[in-house]
Order: sequence, then structure tokens, then C-alpha cells
Amino acid sequence: MTKTIWTLVEIENGQPARSSLEVLGKAAKLGRAEAIVLGAQAAEVALMLGEYGAQKVYAHADATYDTYLTLPATDTISDLLQTRKPDLLLFPTTYDARDIAARLNARHRLGLITDATDLQYEDDELRVTVPWGGENVVTATLPHGPGIVLARPKAFGVEKVASNTAEIETLNSPINSASQSIKILDRVEVASEGPALEEASIIVSGGRGLGKPENYKLVEELAKVLGGAPGATRAIVDAGWLPYSYQIGQTGKTVKPTLYIACGISGAIQHLAGMKGSKFIVAINKDENAPIFAAADLGVVGDVLSILPQLIEEVKRRKAH
Amino acid sequence: MKMYVCVKQIPDPNTVVSRLDPDTKRLVRSGVSLVLDPGDETTISAAIKLRDTSGNSELTAVCMGPASANEAMRRALAMGVDRAILITDPALAGSDSLGTARVLAEVLKKEGADLIFCSTESTDGYTGMVPGAIAEFLGIPQLTFAREIKVEGQKATIHRVTQAGYQVVESTLPAVVTIASGSFEAIYPTMKGIMSARKKPFVQMSLADVGLDPSQVGEAGARERVLAIGKAEARAAGQVIKDEGDAAQRIADFLQRYQLL
Repeated sequence: MTKTIWTLVEIENGQPARSSLEVLGKAAKLGRAEAIVLGAQAAEVALMLGEYGAQKVYAHADATYDTYLTLPATDTISDLLQTRKPDLLLFPTTYDARDIAARLNARHRLGLITDATDLQYEDDELRVTVPWGGENVVTATLPHGPGIVLARPKAFGVEKVASNTAEIETLNSPINSASQSIKILDRVEVASEGPALEEASIIVSGGRGLGKPENYKLVEELAKVLGGAPGATRAIVDAGWLPYSYQIGQTGKTVKPTLYIACGISGAIQHLAGMKGSKFIVAINKDENAPIFAAADLGVVGDVLSILPQLIEEVKRRKAH
Repeated sequence: MKMYVCVKQIPDPNTVVSRLDPDTKRLVRSGVSLVLDPGDETTISAAIKLRDTSGNSELTAVCMGPASANEAMRRALAMGVDRAILITDPALAGSDSLGTARVLAEVLKKEGADLIFCSTESTDGYTGMVPGAIAEFLGIPQLTFAREIKVEGQKATIHRVTQAGYQVVESTLPAVVTIASGSFEAIYPTMKGIMSARKKPFVQMSLADVGLDPSQVGEAGARERVLAIGKAEARAAGQVIKDEGDAAQRIADFLQRYQLL
């Protein structure tokens, strides 16, 4: 039987977010994909979703969703769940979708599986793949009816399907004022040079082996000359060297650049989980037994503080030619 | 203000490679070093800082876990938490995030919490679903991914981490607040803190004390089922070289070979 799968489509700068399109495309492969899009620009974005696999779109064009976090969206999806029976809710792992999923989970006693890297139906049974702790891969299911799966970013690619027009159902029920209690007062974008970590095709990342916070500037400099983005391990984020937005790993961002250069990173499992999908991995570490070397295409046993300045100069020299 | 911090004891992420038992399909806890989740240390530090600047406030650590979690609670008390509640019961083993949230929410409701701190996610399970579910069970807002928090009157305001920077977000109290890892300077227990921890109130509760039915929690109440546990595919190892003064050249050669320059 065809499965009906709902996805939540988030809006970024007037466009459907990439992470949303990833899960929408996956949902379309699994069955009948239906998208839910909420916010002032929902009507315009709804029109774009057919070509990414949606057969139906529930759209509520109301700016309340943009100002008040979590609760209005939870209420709307919750109301839809009362009258329609999807087989599965497949959400991207984003800040907002995680918050909504947690509340829906509790409100409807749905099953919930997070950090999925794949899912499929086998003989009508859902099978969700979840990497666990670096050594294990868990296959899990939701035996008690509809549930929520949160997919790891970049687990699926964005694909356009042959020009497909989705049926659009416009929602217009009023939003409960009691649910307008988590209010966004301001949005602050922290300017960073070069590409965003999630989008960068080259990432240079630093860990504890850099010794002290001042040495992180070597990582930034190498990222800059390569046209990439700088990243960090949880260890140095926890130590306060850098803000959380730099963090790569199971906690933090999952990245899949073409090139990942790990500088003074031992390769803790939680870090590897966030970057081992990179196409090429280069690692510099003084400890030849560091686990990062098992994942590296090129491993260099040596002093990261002496190698990085030379490498920055060498890259500049070769780029000039 | 009645402040609470939900904490967890986990296998030490810095020394233990977490494993799942293929038979019970649960986390292997025996024979490994167990610690207070390092993420929770940041969260406790944030909560203590706020308590100390809020006046007339009390901070209680709440944990659901096996009896061994005693030690994690002692550490929380030594860091400066005022009192501790540990909910421990054999029927709770195998609880999913929803079961865990239900138990914690039930205790927090009876306590009459104004502000509930949680880490964004635990450092073993990483689901990050417990705080939002607690908030839903209590019918209160959740302020998530906070790297700064301020409370004035009946309102809490946070800086909420986003992909591009942060949002300034406010909500009414009571509320659940989740702290982003590494956002607050960690407080380390002092000798005086460790000594005084022994005299602080430490309550242990069973499931019956909480007032929940065993069918709602533990494995019986879990909404997910693990079908299989397999081995992760290892990435093929590449070449490892020793730096003999030519490492920069050799890395640049590698980058050029694959057209990465």
C-alpha cells in the first residue's frame, strides 16, 4: 500500500530550505509525499514544492509562524493529524523542526527516531537506519502506527522530479493566542568571511592539538587561502575557544565537503560522525595512534603548528601560478 | 525562583567507546566508567550563575537513572546545586525519550518548577527530544539552544543559536530552557563544595513515589523498537606519512593531484 509521508518544509530567504528538500525528495521515493509549509511566504513556497516531489502541500500563509516559535506550528500539524492519517512524519534535523517534533511526540504519543541516515519500507514495515556511536548501526522501527523520523542533514540529496504540480490545500484556521508565548524579538546574523560551514566544499578544522586558542588563527588562515570555511571539534568549543556554530560532529554540524583538513584533531567518534562523509580527508596530528588517521586519505604525523604556516605559504605560492 | 536542572549519568565520552548490547539492545553500562554528562556540567554552571544573580532562588538537580547515578548527583551538588532528586526504579530501564520526559515532567509538576534547565541533548543518546517533551507535558514554553539567558519578572530571554548567528527569544515563565554545549564557563567543584555536598538534601524516589504506572514507562512504554544492531562500515584507510620537513609540500601535492587547489 502506498505510504503517505508528511514533511515539514522550512522557508529560508523566501525559498524552501535545502534540508527540507532533502527529506521531501526522500519522502517522494518512499510513497506519496505531502509537504506542510507555514509562514508569511508559505503560499509562494508551496508552488515550488511539486517539482521536488510533493504531491500535496498544506500551506498556511501567516506571519505568526515566523514570529512565534514552535507552538503555533505544533498546533497546526497536531490539528491536521486529527483528521488525516499519514503513515509517517519525516522532518529535517534543524533547530526549529527538532523543537516541533519533541512536542508532537509528547502530545500524540508518537514514536520518534532521530539522526536517521536512511529509511525504507520492507514488507510494509518501516526500517530506519541510525548510526550509533561510531561502531554500530541500528535498524529501528515504529511499531505503534504513525511516528516521526528526523533525518540527519545531507543524508539525502536534493532531486528535482519531472515537472510535477502539487495539489495545494490552503489552511486558514486562526492561530491560538495562548500558543504565542515563545517570541522572536530579534534576529542577529553573525558575519563570517567565506562560505558557510554546511555549504563549503573545503573545510579546515581545528582541535585540542592546536594547544591554545590563539593558534586557531592558523586554521582560519588556511581555510581562507583555500577558499573554504573553518570548523572545530566539540572539545575546543566546550573549552570556549569558539562559538557553537563552529562545532562539527554528532553534536553540532554534519558536513560533507570535498576536502576536509583536520588539524590537531584526534578523531573522537563524535567528531568522526560529523565529517567522515567528506570526499577527501587530510589529517595532521602529532600522535601516530590518533584514530583520525584511520579515516584519513592522507595522514601526516607531525607538529601542526610548524606544518600549518608552511602549508599556508605553499598553497598561496601554488595558487599564484 | 524554584529552579531545576535535569541531568544524566552516561559512559564517559572521553574514555569509553559507547556500545550497544546486541541482546538487550541497550547501552552497555556495566564495566565502563560512568560520569555526569559533560554537557550537563555546562548546563548546571549556567543554572548556578543565574541562581546566584536572581536572589532568593533554589536550584535542584533531577535525574532519572540507575542507582549508580548517585555519584553524578553528588558531583552536581558539589558544583553548587542546592538539592538533588534521583528517580530510580527497575521498571524505568529501557525508557525512551518520551518515557523519560514523562517521569521528569511528573516530578517537576509536583515540585512547582518556575524554570527548568536541560542540556540541548545528552552526550550518549543525542536525541535532544526530552526537554521539548517535558515542556509539552507541563504545557509550558521551551526556549532552546540558549547561549545566554536573562530573567526579569515573569519573563525569560535567551540568545538562541541558529545556523547564521542567533535569535533573541523571550517567553513567559514557567519555561524549559535548553543550554547549548560550551556556552557557559564550567564551574569546577571545590573541596569546600565536595564537603558540603554530603550535607545537602538528596531525595530518592521510586516510580510509585512519582505516581506513574509501569506501563507508561520503561521498555513497556517505549514507542520505538530496535530490530537489529549491526557494525558500522569502516572508511578505507589511506596513506600515513611522517613529517620530515616536507609535509607542507606533500599535502600541497596531494591537493593538486585531486584538483583541490
